[in-house]
Amino acid sequence: MIPNTTLFASLLIASVVLFTWNCYRRYALVSIGQAEDRSQQLGRRFRDMFVYALAQTRVVKGSFGINHAFIFWSFLMLLVANVEFLISGFVPALFSRFLPESVHHVLLLVFDLVSLLALVCVVLAVVRRLFFAPAYLETSYSSARSREAFLILSFIAVLMLAYFGLHGAQIAMGREAAGFWLPVSGVFAKALAASPFNSSLEAMAAGFWWIHALVLLAFMNYLPYSKHMHILTAIPNCFFASLEKPNTQPREAFERGNTYGVESVKDFTWKDLFDSFSCTECGRCQNACPAHTTDKPLNPRQVIHDIKVNLLKNGPRLQAGDTSAEKMVGEGYGRILPEAIWACTTCGACLQACPVMIEHMPKIVKLRRHLVQMEAEFPEELLNLFENMEQRSNPWGIAPGERTKWTSTMDVKTFEAGKTEYLLYVGCAGAFDSRQKHVTVALATILDVAGVSWGILGKEEKCCGDSLRRLGNEFVFDRMAKDNVALLKEKGVTKIITQCPHCFTTLKNDYRQYGLELEVIHHSEFLQGLLSSGTLRLNRQVSDLGALVFHDSCYLGRHNDVYEAPRLVLAAATGSVPGELERNRDNSFCCGAGGGRMWMEEHEGSRINLNRVKEAISSKPGTICVSCPYCLTMFEDGLKDLQVGNTKVRDIAEVVAEGMRP
Amino acid sequence: MLVVACIKQVPDTTQVQIDPVTNTLVREGIPFIVNPYDTHALEESLRLKDKFGFRVVAMSMGPPNAEATLRKAMAAGVDEAILLSDRVFGGADTLATSNVLSAAITRLNKTEPVGIVFCGKQTIDGDTAQVGPGIATRLGFTQLTLVDRIINLDLSRKVIRVRRKLEGRHEIVEAPLPVMITVVRELNRPRYPKVPMRLESANSEVKVWNNEVLKLDVNKIGLKGSPTWVSRIFSPEREKGEIIGDGINDPVGTAHLLVDKLRSKDLLAL
Repeated sequence: MIPNTTLFASLLIASVVLFTWNCYRRYALVSIGQAEDRSQQLGRRFRDMFVYALAQTRVVKGSFGINHAFIFWSFLMLLVANVEFLISGFVPALFSRFLPESVHHVLLLVFDLVSLLALVCVVLAVVRRLFFAPAYLETSYSSARSREAFLILSFIAVLMLAYFGLHGAQIAMGREAAGFWLPVSGVFAKALAASPFNSSLEAMAAGFWWIHALVLLAFMNYLPYSKHMHILTAIPNCFFASLEKPNTQPREAFERGNTYGVESVKDFTWKDLFDSFSCTECGRCQNACPAHTTDKPLNPRQVIHDIKVNLLKNGPRLQAGDTSAEKMVGEGYGRILPEAIWACTTCGACLQACPVMIEHMPKIVKLRRHLVQMEAEFPEELLNLFENMEQRSNPWGIAPGERTKWTSTMDVKTFEAGKTEYLLYVGCAGAFDSRQKHVTVALATILDVAGVSWGILGKEEKCCGDSLRRLGNEFVFDRMAKDNVALLKEKGVTKIITQCPHCFTTLKNDYRQYGLELEVIHHSEFLQGLLSSGTLRLNRQVSDLGALVFHDSCYLGRHNDVYEAPRLVLAAATGSVPGELERNRDNSFCCGAGGGRMWMEEHEGSRINLNRVKEAISSKPGTICVSCPYCLTMFEDGLKDLQVGNTKVRDIAEVVAEGMRP
Repeated sequence: MLVVACIKQVPDTTQVQIDPVTNTLVREGIPFIVNPYDTHALEESLRLKDKFGFRVVAMSMGPPNAEATLRKAMAAGVDEAILLSDRVFGGADTLATSNVLSAAITRLNKTEPVGIVFCGKQTIDGDTAQVGPGIATRLGFTQLTLVDRIINLDLSRKVIRVRRKLEGRHEIVEAPLPVMITVVRELNRPRYPKVPMRLESANSEVKVWNNEVLKLDVNKIGLKGSPTWVSRIFSPEREKGEIIGDGINDPVGTAHLLVDKLRSKDLLAL
């Protein structure tokens, strides 16, 4: 069938021009972002793109994700069919004329079946949204944006139906052979032939052709205006995904005349802005976010959306060189509330949940950097923290001379290069927190019994600066990092054991930016090594702690991929695999203390630690095991608040120490 | 009108230990901080600057390394920083210190009238609370000590009304300018310095006034001008308490024990 070629040609040209123009405008908006190199390690990037985008590995993990994967794979195949369709406006029956018959037939069969699959998936998606929507699709945010979703789904459905209608009419008129190769269209052909309109098949074919053509062009031009833009951006977004650890933020250059962090949308990098066009608002980040789950004003999905709205609103002015654009932080559409920014625990659950590798949390840290460094605006509890860190190099402001108080009951060596192999980086909690000091002593005892050569920096040890960096106080972090790096180099340290995942990640990942490559080992990994190699033998199997469950610390698990070691340690100490919480490993739920939240009050919503403690005690364990001082505090506080049972909280080192008792 | 904030560099006393043999402060390796009360004096000066546009001068007497303290004040936003530093100022008690500081303020007053001098209520190393009043006396300014709120500053009448925080009560007083005000911590929450200001302050000028500038009689300053001598410093013996009850296994019983104990010592107002 041949449409009105002139009319179609003019529509097609107009659509392509409009679409290209809109895409260019989006591209220009993204390019007002700051430079950022995302071109290293191309091999790994292609691999990520294949794994996350094309193979949809993260998409299928979520509920109903397989439905999206089917639509996506169908879409990829139908892309070929649709290109042929657009060309058919000028050169009819392209494939049948130019391809060998066997290939053409196989293509017809594939398109026919895949179109049916896509139609079924789209109908399922509509049904799900209407009748079985998960809670995170029913928030005020998503219900306000749901109309867009229905529009997109109906676009796809209409395309599929028009495809079948067109081929059905052609078959009914005898212009195409249905046979084995067009089974679904064949059914449509029979239905059309039997319908009261069977006398106007010609008109119907033309009608379906035009419906298909118009919806296709309209859909294409709708993309840049909608969240469905992700079909263009998600694949490259996976390609350009950060290869760094998500919270190892780029350093800032502290020179006169510079500005710090993100004030207006142009201060984000191009990749941050590209992220905002890659989001299709699926809501998985929101569902995973501990702040959002406990009714804080933070919603990572909203943050990404606000960046996009702000960019669309202020971008053109910024492009024209007008710098008076609205700030990112504040009230109103397209802006982010300061309360939302300070609610983030930097747990990284949002990044882990995102199927298209959007980096939410680093953007929040950039906004914090601006607030702290340029505006000096932050929750008032943090003033003490910042001053304590600067003056006494620990969060509590305790006299640095007390760092070695925990050693009063044992003989501890000072680290000396050549004489001691490992530096035990005690950490502020390990040195000052009365509860965590027990863990330090347990760990130190284990190291001694295992015959490990180790020492400490003693009173010279300083805070690693983790909280400062996550809170956006990069200036003070930068100073502390430089001091620490100089100290560790001067002492000739090459191997470090930490008991705190925050020290661990900072020493291991963040300090690399300062030219310090160390072998940093978290005590879970170290203990596991000692136990599996037989260097450490326990005197008895630990049984008096009851059933154990293990809670993954965000900074050990999600941020550093250490999941097995602590479990193996517990299994070795007790003889049985520890129980799992419902949300575990990379899906673990934060204790609420990361990202500097340890030092802030939780004014809004319910408490994150209570949410997690309730989950942990649902299986009535004897002991909740942790591998992080913050988690230890948050769980013990939570249990006290709830006043239930006799559940204990123990660090894995304490469990091992139990097994060393005669 | 000029506002002067007097600040002092002090050793971080939480980290200071007393040498049991010599009975002197072990100052080695102890970091210096801005006297905490003075940070509130500085903050209030800056708030008045923000509100009325006054020029603020931060002033400190101390050794050359006290410049760091003044740089912090510059990072917070003062217009000018003056370090009063000279060997002959060294070893001063509160009287000699007041002489130097008041002479410096008098010198400032010649070019621009000083309306308010802010001091912390006391320093955490000497704890005398005498320097502020000493300055006021020498300058002939009205002294308003222990202020926890500036209620009103009436520039047309040149009158300031403040609230003083006294034991168990507040006192609202009014005084004509110029005044010397010593402040308590409740007065305000000091601002956190913005990074650009910090970087800027690293390069700004801290003026140094020595005795060639102030030309004070050497018998009234430094060690010579100080009638106070410290004869001995020592840590008082502290009586060790006892651990009562078993809070982990019997929290309720332990709480009862504690209440009884407190009652028996008449420490609970019930």
